[in-house]
Amino acid sequence: MKLSMKKLLPASVIAIAALLPFEAQAHRQWLLPSATVLSGSDTWVTVDAAVSNDLFYFEDFPLRLDGLQVTAPDGTQVKPENTSTGKHRSVFDLNLTQEGTYKIAVVSDGLFANYKLNGANKRWRGDAQSFAKEVPADAQDLKVTQTQNRVESFVTRGKPGTAALKPTGQGLELAPATHPNDLVADSAARFRLLLDGKPASNVKVSILPGGKRYRDQTGEFNITTDADGQFSVKWPAAGMYWLGAEVTDAKASLKPATERRASYIATFEVMPQ
Amino acid sequence: MRRLLTVTLTGMAAAPLAGTALAADLSVKVELPQLSVAEYHRPYVAMWIEHADQTPVSTLAVWYDGKKPNAEGTKWLKDLRQWWRKSGRDLTVPADGITGATKVPGEQALTFTDGKAPLGKLAAGDYQLVVETAREAGGHELVRVPFTWPPKAPATASAKGEHELGSVTVNLKP
Repeated sequence: MKLSMKKLLPASVIAIAALLPFEAQAHRQWLLPSATVLSGSDTWVTVDAAVSNDLFYFEDFPLRLDGLQVTAPDGTQVKPENTSTGKHRSVFDLNLTQEGTYKIAVVSDGLFANYKLNGANKRWRGDAQSFAKEVPADAQDLKVTQTQNRVESFVTRGKPGTAALKPTGQGLELAPATHPNDLVADSAARFRLLLDGKPASNVKVSILPGGKRYRDQTGEFNITTDADGQFSVKWPAAGMYWLGAEVTDAKASLKPATERRASYIATFEVMPQ
Repeated sequence: MRRLLTVTLTGMAAAPLAGTALAADLSVKVELPQLSVAEYHRPYVAMWIEHADQTPVSTLAVWYDGKKPNAEGTKWLKDLRQWWRKSGRDLTVPADGITGATKVPGEQALTFTDGKAPLGKLAAGDYQLVVETAREAGGHELVRVPFTWPPKAPATASAKGEHELGSVTVNLKP
C-alpha cells in the first residue's frame, strides 16, 4: 500500500491540534525507537510516539500517526505494521528488510488562527480547506499562522546509508553531517539546519537528554546555528536525546496565513564509547 | 577458528615472500573467565588491530553464534558495539579466516603472521590490539593492549579485564 500523505495530512493536523493545549509550550513531541543500531537478517524495531513534558515518558498524550512517513534506505516508503494509538502513546512496528538507514517522520502542515468574535477571543486549528467553512467571515483581529511540523528519528540496520536522509526542501529540516546513527558519548556530531532547503542561520537548537524522572534538572542545553545553519553537539553521556528547533517568518505558503511557524524535532540515540 | 585460520594461511602461502626475512608473528592469548552466573551464554568476541588514535586497521577474529538457523546469531553482533561501529558493520559474515564459533571459558591462543590474512602487511607504527566482548544477559567489556610494529626483539604486553575478560596477552616475535 502506498500512503497518500497529502490526503491524510488534514486529519493529522486536526488530531494533533486537538491534543495539544495551546499554551502547553513544554509539551514535546517525540518518536522513540526500541533500538537505532541493529544487526541481523530478520530485523524489527518498535517505535513509541508520544507528547509529554518529561522525556521520554509516555504519560500525557499519544502522538497521532496520520502524518507518519517511513523512508527506507532505497528511498521508497515503508508501511508500518501493528499501528495503534492508546491513551498515552501510539506505537508501530517496522520490519527493516533492507540494509541501511531508515528515516521515520511524522509530518504536518496546517493553519492556526486567533481572532475575536463578538468581543470573545477565539482560537482555531485546521487545514486550509476547512478554514473558510469554520472561521467566520466576520472574525475580527484575525491572525492566521501556518504551522509546519516535522518529528523524526532514525534507525540503521547494518551499514549506515544516507539516501533516506535527503531533505524534502519544505519547512525546517536537519541535514546531518555526522550520521544520526553514529553518535557516541563525549564526541561531537555536526548537523546543518535547513529552512525550505536553505541553511537556517542563527536559530536556537534545544537539546535534552532522556531520563528526567530520575534526576532533578532537565539537562537542557542550547546551541545556535552559525551563518551556514551548521551546529555541533558534544554529547555529554550515552542515552536518548531530544533535539528541537523552531523558526517563525512571513513565508507562509498556505492561504490566508500571514506568518509561518516551522518546527523540527528529532530523537537521537547516543551510544557509549 | 583454528581450522579456518590454517586453511587461510595455507592459501596465502603462495604469496611471493622469497628474498624477505621471516615474517614477524603476533600471537594473542585471551582468557575468558569462568563466571558463576545463573544463566551463562558464551560471549561474542571481536579482536582487532587499531592505530594509536583508535582508527581501525584490521579485524583479526570474531566469535559468534553462526549455527542458528537463518543467521539469527547475527542479531547480537551489534552488541560488540565499538567493533560494530568501526568495522563490523562493513564485514560480511561468515568471513573466512576471521569468524568462528563462540568459545568456552578458558584460554584461547591465536597466532597471526605479518603479510598474511587477516593481519595483512602492517606498516611500521604504534598500534593497539583490542578485544571486545558482549555476553547475552551479561556484561560487555573491552581491553586494549598497545604495541609497536614491527618488533625488533621478542616482546610481550598484556592488559586485564575486570568482569568479562581475564588477561589479554600479546606476544611479538620478529
